[in-house]
Amino acid sequence: MSVTAAEHSVPIERLQMSVDIACVGFGPAMGGFLTTLSRFLTNENGSPRLESQVSPGMPLQVICYERADGLGFGVSGAVTRARGIRASFPGVDLAQVPMAAPLSAEKLVYLLDPTEASMRSRWLRVADWLIRKLGRVSRLKDHAVELPFTPKFMRKHDGFVLSLGQFNQWVSEQIATSGMIQIWPGMPASEPLVENDRVVGIRLSDQGVDLGGEPGEDFMPGMDVRAALTVVADGPVGAVGRRLNLHFGLPNGNRQNEWALGMKFVIQLREDSALAPGTVLHTFGFPEPEIFGFLYVHPDRLASVGIFIPSWMRSPVRTAYRYLQHYLLHPYLWTHLQGGILKSWGAKSLQESGRHGEPILAGDGYARIGEGSGSTNVLAGSGVDEAWTTGVQLAEAVSELLQNQLPFTRDNLERTYVRRRRASWVDQEAKIAAESRNGFQQGVVRGLIGMALAGFTRGAVFFPARHRPISASTDTLERFYATRIPAMELKQLWRDCAAKNMALHDVIMDRCGWPEIPFDDQLLISHQDALLMGGSVQAAPGYTNHVIFLKPEVCRHCEPKLCVEMCSGQAITRGDDGVPTFDREKCVFCGACIWNCSSCGVKDQGSIEFRAGAGGLHSSLN
Amino acid sequence: MNNGYHIVVCAGVIPDPLQTLEPSTTPTGPALKNEIMLPAVLDPWASHALYEGANLAAHIPGSTVWLVSAAPKAKLQQVMMTVAQKASFEFVPIDVPSGGFADAHSLAGVLTEAIESIAGLDRTRLLLFGGWESATRGAGVTMQLIAEQMGILDQFQGVDQLTVQADGSFEILERIESGRHQVSICLGPPALLAWATGNLPEPKNNPRIGMSNMRTIVPALQKAKPVPLPHDGLRYLSVSPPQRQRQTRIVKDRSPDEIAAELIEWISQG
Repeated sequence: MSVTAAEHSVPIERLQMSVDIACVGFGPAMGGFLTTLSRFLTNENGSPRLESQVSPGMPLQVICYERADGLGFGVSGAVTRARGIRASFPGVDLAQVPMAAPLSAEKLVYLLDPTEASMRSRWLRVADWLIRKLGRVSRLKDHAVELPFTPKFMRKHDGFVLSLGQFNQWVSEQIATSGMIQIWPGMPASEPLVENDRVVGIRLSDQGVDLGGEPGEDFMPGMDVRAALTVVADGPVGAVGRRLNLHFGLPNGNRQNEWALGMKFVIQLREDSALAPGTVLHTFGFPEPEIFGFLYVHPDRLASVGIFIPSWMRSPVRTAYRYLQHYLLHPYLWTHLQGGILKSWGAKSLQESGRHGEPILAGDGYARIGEGSGSTNVLAGSGVDEAWTTGVQLAEAVSELLQNQLPFTRDNLERTYVRRRRASWVDQEAKIAAESRNGFQQGVVRGLIGMALAGFTRGAVFFPARHRPISASTDTLERFYATRIPAMELKQLWRDCAAKNMALHDVIMDRCGWPEIPFDDQLLISHQDALLMGGSVQAAPGYTNHVIFLKPEVCRHCEPKLCVEMCSGQAITRGDDGVPTFDREKCVFCGACIWNCSSCGVKDQGSIEFRAGAGGLHSSLN
Repeated sequence: MNNGYHIVVCAGVIPDPLQTLEPSTTPTGPALKNEIMLPAVLDPWASHALYEGANLAAHIPGSTVWLVSAAPKAKLQQVMMTVAQKASFEFVPIDVPSGGFADAHSLAGVLTEAIESIAGLDRTRLLLFGGWESATRGAGVTMQLIAEQMGILDQFQGVDQLTVQADGSFEILERIESGRHQVSICLGPPALLAWATGNLPEPKNNPRIGMSNMRTIVPALQKAKPVPLPHDGLRYLSVSPPQRQRQTRIVKDRSPDEIAAELIEWISQG
């Protein structure tokens, strides 16, 4: 029996095949897993060490299925201390990876608001006023204050600026050279196969179906791939991982209710740019106090510039793309970015519950690694190296079990993989970080104080948690904009947008005083142009819609529709009858819709189901 | 009696056209900026040739498909991850230095040598497939040069359709001007067919085909030795990308005819 994602009107006969280890998703965690495992599986003379249990005479069959069209497409990330990564490649200078640069400078910068449009609290406005009054004494320049230090818990001092797309491509080349592992991009897995609470493999997505999932003339049912071990590394919004969470639940007290959407541009800086490769800027304060930002400089005058929109931002029309453009235009950053050219664009959701968001890490026949397993350090703002290291840990565990011919049971995987993980720096630092963000649930100033407390006391002091379900994460329109826009006017704006099937955020931001974006056709471009020029978003035919509105009646009456406001690709729109519509040709698989569904029930299950699908972003400069 | 065909598909590896491609000048000649960073794909014309070849082999028992491709080994590995899921073939990789600015004559020589080294290849059953503008930045001569070096006289360019007739001959449709096709009858192999797009959709990704292919692809890649690619006498005077204009509008309430009329007017103004 499978944990069924989509029921067809007629039962479908599916082909099966068997492998030894089935892997889902290729990101840094899977890179760590397969790099380490491939080395174990290869003898010194290059011959395979182990024989396959399912194909006698052949080497162990380890197959990895990745949803995105290419191994560098579905990922993003940019600065890391790379401790685990470097340990996997001793003697290798990671600067050889395209777009990688060792850190050369790191700053933490507070950005004031030159537009006076942001929704700042009274205390923050007082602080800004004071900073402006003090002028140069407060180190104010270009509406920004460079703090005199970066907290130790945030620093990436000995690390690298990376393009995760390029890093993934590079890692996949190393793995492919071994000949021991097969990696298949463009092959989404729709669900795990579970029999009597044992994971026995995965089901690949159906092809040749219409948007509703019904078989067409060239229907090809997704194959069932059976395996003694299924390794799940499909990130925080991957279909297989989420199905496992639904089936097995999260460990007691754990919840995945803290998220952020990261959206970024990769920009070619102008010829006279003074920014050195390896420069890292962490920012906060603008475009809204809740929005953290970054600028990381790669070699060859490339820079990654982006922002994070957190789930604790209470605006009911929070959005990303326009805020990102305002971020670029902040004088402190625009000094460097003006005249630049957009090279790539993308967005992804980040699971920010940290250790509190851990699912069951291992069970009979399966193990979880990477961001979907809660490995991100939410205090340090670090995920790539942590994910990689969890992959290495699992590979070491699997190697031990294979060596001793032991089965992949929950007990064995807990004894080998989970034990390794708990004893490692990943978990120790995750414990320090565990309560560090509790303060944000009550506002950004409290949140920053809470981070500092937890960071400087190594987790000993922190604000208590006050968990809200996702459905209560935003204010009403009237309440949030009470000091800016009269209720009657808000209602009219909403009516006008509803009549035109438009999202609300632009008209409200305009009304709050956000200036118009001066499009220049090379860096500041429309949202739709970013999909085409930046993300090269693709949607191969023959796949079903992967965003489903499970409760249309609930959606019809839901206002404002946060899923529409937050959709990174404008793939979700209002719909003529109030029920949102989904255009898969614009979806970048960021997953923001999942955690921005305003109608979540008791277990934080909203109206949106996010299934497996192919395509999405098609740029490897992420 | 038809014992099946030996279908050899020559396919170049190119940077993914969806990425930003910028020419640059290096000490060794023109190149693409940061080409090493760009994901690679099988040349689209050659991909169609491969799908047509695989389709033909599936319908004619006793047929075999070989895919011959010359590119840096790392790029070949990368491309196989997508291509090998789509059609069954035996892989003949040639590890050559990067770049599509190679001399077509040199490249044809390398490919010819590799093809003639295929064990068991029966020239009397040989169909040499490729993309009609593959390799060498669309020069459109490589396949012809291979065929001439191999002494294959029956050559067809811009092929969209091949139909095996009852008597074993082929009816071949080649593209000509004004959207029309020239119809030819070829008595039989050996023949060169340099394909345009053909009529087949891109095959779906099939995990079984992928795993089966990998059993030969992996050892073939591991055995592939580097081969030099001479640049004798070739000199590029200038390289530039085609000019482009861009306008984006989103319309929801116009008919396809209205949109087409507006596009025609815009193109006419250009």
